[in-house]
Amino acid sequence: MTILVRVFLKRGVLDPQGKAINEALHRLGHADVVDVRAGKIFRLEMEGADPAAALASARKLADQLLANPVIEDFEVELATAGAAR
Amino acid sequence: MSGPRVTVVLFPGSNCDEDALIAVRNTIGADARLVRHDERDLKNPDLVILPGGFSYGDYLRSGAMARFSPAMDSVADFAAKGGAVLGICNGFQILCEAGLLPGAMLRNAGLRFVCKDVFLRVETKRTPFTLVLDRGEVLRVPIAHGDGNWTADADTYAQMVAHDQVVFRYVTPKGERAAGANPNGSLEDVAGICNVAGNVVGLMPHPERCSEELLGNTDGAKVFKSFATALLAHRA
Repeated sequence: MTILVRVFLKRGVLDPQGKAINEALHRLGHADVVDVRAGKIFRLEMEGADPAAALASARKLADQLLANPVIEDFEVELATAGAAR
Repeated sequence: MSGPRVTVVLFPGSNCDEDALIAVRNTIGADARLVRHDERDLKNPDLVILPGGFSYGDYLRSGAMARFSPAMDSVADFAAKGGAVLGICNGFQILCEAGLLPGAMLRNAGLRFVCKDVFLRVETKRTPFTLVLDRGEVLRVPIAHGDGNWTADADTYAQMVAHDQVVFRYVTPKGERAAGANPNGSLEDVAGICNVAGNVVGLMPHPERCSEELLGNTDGAKVFKSFATALLAHRA
């Protein structure tokens, strides 16, 4: 079973990387881009057949290690076929 | 009386460990040793230093992996009993990730790795590392980091101010806060902080790199000499 964990800086926390990418996109002429937030995505291959248990486990480990709750939010999701590799 | 016993924790990717050992030996006559990240015995120190560097390659977030080292369990126990802990640069990042200090580090606001001298104003005398310094005193100390943009939420910061936990701020050479004086965009120009008890201190600048005449600047030695004085007062 594959679980995706996405980690982003919290709203309100300055994301210098996202800001720089946003500015670069504007220089390339993409004026329609209003804001960019850069984040991380983790693909976890997990044992077991119970999606709810795997998601609960992923939430726990995301809170403990993958994200720093002081500055980051995360979301977990069961990967479906064709999800980002 | 023998000099202070100092343990410097060596993580994979630390690169200021030898500098820290030499600084405490030469400035305060310390009996200093390295303890590896995978050891639990800190060798009965008076002071633990978490040195600068790029522990675990800064993977995930700076300091995030080092926090799970066996040695860090012992450092947390030592700190909980009131032991003095000084985190320099990556050591500061590790202390934040480990929850021994509040807040967290973001990428520098300018996105660049910054390596230069900065000016620090001493904001409190309540830590062992600032005990003999004057409040408002300005030190010139080098920085070298890419993730030194310390931040915390408004409630946390207000609590820290209430508990006098800001130890150093970035200032101009005259000791004034100004936009150009902060090299990384940290909240309220914070350069160094302590825990509520005051025994755990972290700072981004490198006092160990400016502790000898040979290096052209001895301001950093004041931090170590302050600790030695605090220790003598504690032993007396």
